[in-house]
Amino acid sequence: MSTPPPDTELEQLELDLFVEALKRRHGHDFSQYARASLMRRVRQLVHDHHCSSISALTAQLLHEPDFVIQVVQGLSVPVSEMFRDPAVFRALREQVLPILASYPQINIWQAGCAHGQEAYSLAILLEEEGLYERSHIFATDFNPDALQRAREGIYPAKDAQQWSRNYLEAGGSLSLASYYSARYDFIRLHERLRRNITFANHNLVVDKVFCEAHLVLCRNVLIYFSNPLQNRTLTLFRDSLVRGGHLCLGLRETLDFAPVAVDFTAVDPKLRLYRRSSQPTSGNRDESP
Amino acid sequence: MNRPEAIAIGCSMGGFDALKILLAALDPRLPQVVLVCCHTAGNVEAMCELLASHSTLPVVEARERGPASGNTVHVAPGGYHLLLEHDRHFALSVDERVCFSRPSIDVLFESAADVYHAALIGVVLTGANRDGADGLVQIRSRGGIAVIQTPTSAKAAAMPQAALDTAGTDYCLPLEEIAPLLNRLCLT
Repeated sequence: MSTPPPDTELEQLELDLFVEALKRRHGHDFSQYARASLMRRVRQLVHDHHCSSISALTAQLLHEPDFVIQVVQGLSVPVSEMFRDPAVFRALREQVLPILASYPQINIWQAGCAHGQEAYSLAILLEEEGLYERSHIFATDFNPDALQRAREGIYPAKDAQQWSRNYLEAGGSLSLASYYSARYDFIRLHERLRRNITFANHNLVVDKVFCEAHLVLCRNVLIYFSNPLQNRTLTLFRDSLVRGGHLCLGLRETLDFAPVAVDFTAVDPKLRLYRRSSQPTSGNRDESP
Repeated sequence: MNRPEAIAIGCSMGGFDALKILLAALDPRLPQVVLVCCHTAGNVEAMCELLASHSTLPVVEARERGPASGNTVHVAPGGYHLLLEHDRHFALSVDERVCFSRPSIDVLFESAADVYHAALIGVVLTGANRDGADGLVQIRSRGGIAVIQTPTSAKAAAMPQAALDTAGTDYCLPLEEIAPLLNRLCLT
């Protein structure tokens, strides 16, 4: 094995101190985030804020109270699109919603909603399947700025073309344009799509179960978590889901390294669609007496 | 000098054909981890299968949280950046595109350089953009070895040329000579 040059080791130490400062000074805990992506994002912050090193960034974080907002912004980098991976939304429409239809009230938790694209995609699916009146979508994120953007439902018009194609591939029967109005370079989703969505702050690292859900959608969020935090979060999803409730993850995410995976059964493993098993197999349930 | 532990290969336009030639000529005994980032819009699973029929080493899509095992070619999945953790397991990200690309060669190279330091060979092949150039700078700054396909021999010259201009190189060779060089660097 090679010996790391000292500057690489030093940068890792600087990252540790940055994470510690963010946690102790501002209460944001990134210590359980997967390291490689975190390092990349922190280096990006160093570059964007013209700092000479991660330590310089840490100093600014400690001494300028408002700077944390920009840091959290840089560390969350919310990137998504409507009906991303159309095959997944088609499966939700054709396989999952018919099962959800048997419940008088349908609760969906979309964790890590970023700018809201997937929450609105779900709302459209539910609307078209005639289920939206008795559904509620809890769309959560830890980034308050992203939540505000999500509530507004305004997106660059240049994205709409791809999203329209996604929508049709996902089995949409109308045109995505029937759900938004276009103004200049932006599209604005119709206000009525938001009527059964609650955008709320929830941090998967520290917060607990807050609803009983029939479907949990959390795509491409766990890829940023270490194995222990991934397992903790999946435990949270298991404890939120009704028995037989569905879990939908990102297309390249894997449960193979999470002990709690034994409590889920694959419905469509290629699309990362799972159900909470009917029988309890592992411990630590929130609801157990 | 450190014996290389990993080879990271980046390619774009014309990359699939280039990979077929390169992987066919690698020594099947290579113990190194081989990482590939190819900007293909299509299906990476199918690409792995096709490449496997030419390659002397097994070719698989890199699996989230899976180990970066040696004597194997791991290809970045479509739509995700591929990164390495210090415990030599893979991580994926959907962070913004870099050089209009996800997966991005720069992201893979930089992350691999963080893990393998000087024991890494970065290879830039044919392509029509400048992805990989900054990543190659990172590899070289940590003492790793740079190999670039001669731009005039590449189907698209822009990417190897950008890498040459930005990072400089240790070796600049026509495609056919790259695998023999890698075999020599990795086995002796």
